[in-house]
Amino acid sequence: MPHALAIATTFSDLWNPNGLWIVLTACATNCACALVGCYLVLRRMSLMGDALSHAVLPGLAVAFIFSGAYDIGPLMIGAVAAGLLSTFLIQTLHQYARVPSDASMGVVFTGLFALGVVLIKKGIPPGVHFDMACVYQGTLDYTPLYTVELLGREVPRAFAITGGVFLLNVAVVSALWKELKLSAFDPALATTMGFSATLLHYLLMALVAVTAVASFEAVGSILVVAMLIIPPATAHLLADRLASMMFISLLVAIAAAILGYILSTVFDTNIAGMITVAAAGLFGLAVLFAPQHGVVSALARNLGVSLRVVREDLLAMLYRVEELGSPRRLAAAEAQAAVGGGWLARLSLSNLLRDGRIARSGDRLDLTPAGREAARQLVRSHRLWETYLVKNLGLPLDHVHEPAHRIEHFIGDDIREQLQQELDATATDPHGREIPE
Amino acid sequence: MTGLSLSDKVTIGAALLGGAAGVAGTFAVLRRRSLVGDMLAHASLPGVCIAFAITGSRDLLGLSIGALVSGLLAIGLMTLVVRWTRTKEDAAIGIMLSGFFGLGIVLLSVVTRSSLGGGSAGLSSYIFGEPGNMVDSDLYTLVGVGLGVLLLVLLFYKEFKLVSFDHEFAKSQGWPTLALDLAMMTAVALVTIIGLPIVGVILMAAMIILPGATARMWTNRFNVLLILAGVIGATTGAVGVRFSSGLPTGPTIVLTGAALFVASILFAPEQGVVARVWNETRLRFRVAREHLLRSLYELNEPNFPRLAPTTFQQLLAHRYAQPWMLRWLVDQSENRGLVAVRGDQVTLTPLGFRRAAEATRTHRMWEIYMMEFAGSAPDHVDRSADAVEHLLPESLLLELEARLAREGRLPAIATEVPASPHDLASEGNSS
Amino acid sequence: MPSSIALEIHDMTVAYHRRPVLWDVDLQVPEGKLVGVIGPNGAGKTTLIKAVLGLVPLASGKVEIYGQPYQDQRHLVGYVPQRESVDWDFPVTVRDVVLMGTYGRLGWFRRPRRPERELAEACLEQVGMASFARRQIRQLSGGQQQRVFLARALAEQAQVYFLDEPFAGVDAATESAIVDLLQSMRSAGKTVFVVHHDLQTVREYFDWVILLNMRLVACGAVGDTFTPENMQKTYGGRLTILDEAAEAMRNREPVR
Repeated sequence: MPHALAIATTFSDLWNPNGLWIVLTACATNCACALVGCYLVLRRMSLMGDALSHAVLPGLAVAFIFSGAYDIGPLMIGAVAAGLLSTFLIQTLHQYARVPSDASMGVVFTGLFALGVVLIKKGIPPGVHFDMACVYQGTLDYTPLYTVELLGREVPRAFAITGGVFLLNVAVVSALWKELKLSAFDPALATTMGFSATLLHYLLMALVAVTAVASFEAVGSILVVAMLIIPPATAHLLADRLASMMFISLLVAIAAAILGYILSTVFDTNIAGMITVAAAGLFGLAVLFAPQHGVVSALARNLGVSLRVVREDLLAMLYRVEELGSPRRLAAAEAQAAVGGGWLARLSLSNLLRDGRIARSGDRLDLTPAGREAARQLVRSHRLWETYLVKNLGLPLDHVHEPAHRIEHFIGDDIREQLQQELDATATDPHGREIPE
Repeated sequence: MTGLSLSDKVTIGAALLGGAAGVAGTFAVLRRRSLVGDMLAHASLPGVCIAFAITGSRDLLGLSIGALVSGLLAIGLMTLVVRWTRTKEDAAIGIMLSGFFGLGIVLLSVVTRSSLGGGSAGLSSYIFGEPGNMVDSDLYTLVGVGLGVLLLVLLFYKEFKLVSFDHEFAKSQGWPTLALDLAMMTAVALVTIIGLPIVGVILMAAMIILPGATARMWTNRFNVLLILAGVIGATTGAVGVRFSSGLPTGPTIVLTGAALFVASILFAPEQGVVARVWNETRLRFRVAREHLLRSLYELNEPNFPRLAPTTFQQLLAHRYAQPWMLRWLVDQSENRGLVAVRGDQVTLTPLGFRRAAEATRTHRMWEIYMMEFAGSAPDHVDRSADAVEHLLPESLLLELEARLAREGRLPAIATEVPASPHDLASEGNSS
Repeated sequence: MPSSIALEIHDMTVAYHRRPVLWDVDLQVPEGKLVGVIGPNGAGKTTLIKAVLGLVPLASGKVEIYGQPYQDQRHLVGYVPQRESVDWDFPVTVRDVVLMGTYGRLGWFRRPRRPERELAEACLEQVGMASFARRQIRQLSGGQQQRVFLARALAEQAQVYFLDEPFAGVDAATESAIVDLLQSMRSAGKTVFVVHHDLQTVREYFDWVILLNMRLVACGAVGDTFTPENMQKTYGGRLTILDEAAEAMRNREPVR
């Protein structure tokens, strides 16, 4: 496939009105979903999003059959009714019939979905269009074809609907910001404060149902489920406050829409599917590279700590050798082997040499003045700690080296100061060695 | 080759699928992993598309291998994400489910568009389920998988039972729980993937969950549970197919299963809702009736051996009840010949007196037990646990009786009618 | 007229799935006491608190705070749940959590404003956590998390507090800090109920105890109530029979 050419055409596509409307509709949908999805993910109810977006089908079918048209009003009512009913059924089955909560979710949504399929097959007269496939993958490509008038402009129907639901979600979330936050974090406390967690739960589920239905027509159920879960989960890896989590999840939702649209144009495939893949890709990036919670950054942090520990062990060891007073000094290979060897030790040593903490002359390692100072602080921490363990906790002598060896790397100036005060300026450690100043 | 008609083949296929899914799914239900089946079903789509692109045929076996690979990949990624990040299991399941499925939709549109053309039309049956395409080789695959799952369960019966009952304990006993979990999930994955062409992606979750959850209502025993789940699953499959003329097959099978489930929830003998409500109501009435008898006894106690009529006002003042409830209880007791009612006045009959004495005796012994042996304050002892006396050891009963007699509080009749504590209860139960 | 009985429980029975876990609890606690709720595992200590707070339904009985039903006195009651009961990965900062304490008085829709923020700040100060205000809550130690919960409770400005195992998993320094705080709350006329495990410290920490073992064993001033006999009744004796009785109730039939 001539990719370069395809990408070149993509940008002109994005500028044409149809492409723009498709992206805007996808953005509106994604944002509407991501907003309520944040609460689902935080309440560990992500799969309620999956369940509800399937369970509303019979509500849709009934509304469709009774109203005989594709009107958004009855569809919404049907969806909310079905959403609340399935929420109720899931809870009741779990509470009163003691079905495990995940099984009760699975039973209810598949059952209702099957009912919906049968209702559609039986209840809708032939000739009326109700395509099952679009329930999955949506018809994003066709959204610009069906328009309504809004504020004197022709806009795609799907955009008007999903945009409206997005605004509704924004309105509810900002009006009930503190209530929703509290009941998601600590439902028991919310209930004792008079904000019924149950009521808020049903409200949230109604919102999810409305959002799912509004989005169905345009993007299909698969994208709804994806957008309810993936942007919030991604944002959760990146944010430490609810407001920023929501903001980031909206950004992820928009980025996924744009990226997915571009990719789908490049590869000429299903748009909703590609947006989902893009969102999953963004989640994957966050899993790997999130600054605090990412896998790579965690590995880097661990590596950093290990390196520091080995470096400090090297310094302390050289200090102790000096302390013995003999003119002998360690060779590089000896020193590396003594701190565990391997590439960590080699890397640490070369770091120290580069930083000017250790000087090498021939095959002999010497502490530089800077290195000696750093090493003295370490050895001081070590011996203060040993003293503390023996004096204040009464540990036997032969049990204090190991813990002190582990903790010496993490004792800062202030703890050292505290230890110093508690120990009343002891000059020697329990082994009788001098505690360096 | 098999010489069976298509509808027979579909029926047998659905029954096999239902049985295998029931057995394998029971473990998923017990391990609280019901929705992993749902995830597997969705996550298999990219594998199906890729396998189709490679082999170029719709052969069930080839596609299933592709599905299995991508399903297991999804499980693996999910486990890693949960272990490495702060993302919780539910979100991880949802992400893998939708992400893989989205990828599947993308690949599907690529495969459908490409030169393979018409042959790929059947691939969408993986989403919606289209058992009408079933051929002999599909049936053989189903038989193979069904037997494989059964064999797996038979081989690891004890281990699976342990792991699904108490994961932590199994771990502490040194069982390789991770491997066993994986084996259980592989069984679920196998069944799920084989079932996709019959019931479709979404409804496959129902095939996994429904039989196990239904069977759970009927039994507390593990081996019975497994067998029952298999039978229920097979029945659901076969019956669902038979019902499905003119209706989509997958949904009909699921609705059949759901109907069985609802019926079990309602009518199962012990755990069913109806049975529980019935038992609770019966217990409440029995307690209320005994309260009435005790009130009558206690109100008459100062005048023994004379039995004077008691008014409703007195009864209400003695122990509060809803007036209509009291009225109803009195009427009921009259029908049983325990009391005689004249206008506003209630009198114990001789039979009623004996029952009342027994109820009072029971209650007083319980009170004493609570005060003496459990150290509760006298006016706070339990007022509803009348049946509890049957729990006390015989020696303790005698001791309590002696005490009551010493204090002159032992209901007179009870000394004549030797304690047969079971009479009262069995009478209450036999109604 | 305000009653000086902070908490009155009348004939309360609580059942989970018809299995009674608390039988006929009946007690009164006067205002201004620091109350230890003591009993072995599974004695229903947490259940008692949850039932008082309306978080689990009562099978029978009633609860009064200062002489009025709990539902009408919610604003007087503060609650500190067990530390494990919340998700510490939740994206909130320490300050956010403390601010949540003010939500109850705000009621529906009203947002916390400057006075609430200042109150939250002051409460953080009081538990010595002010310098951690901007941390995400996962980045705290167990003891620090518990202090944040206490600050939140302070921000509730309640009269009666219920603390579920505030000393679980905290270091000795935090424990004594918490005790100091509780005692200053008592001096301010608050009544504080604390689910507690460590029998060694009961006399030192509390001036009132509730001894529970599926039923009320005793309730009263520490000196009179925290006696060896009562402890024997709470922790030993023939109480397994209550377990069996509860089982029988659950199965709705007498055991035979």
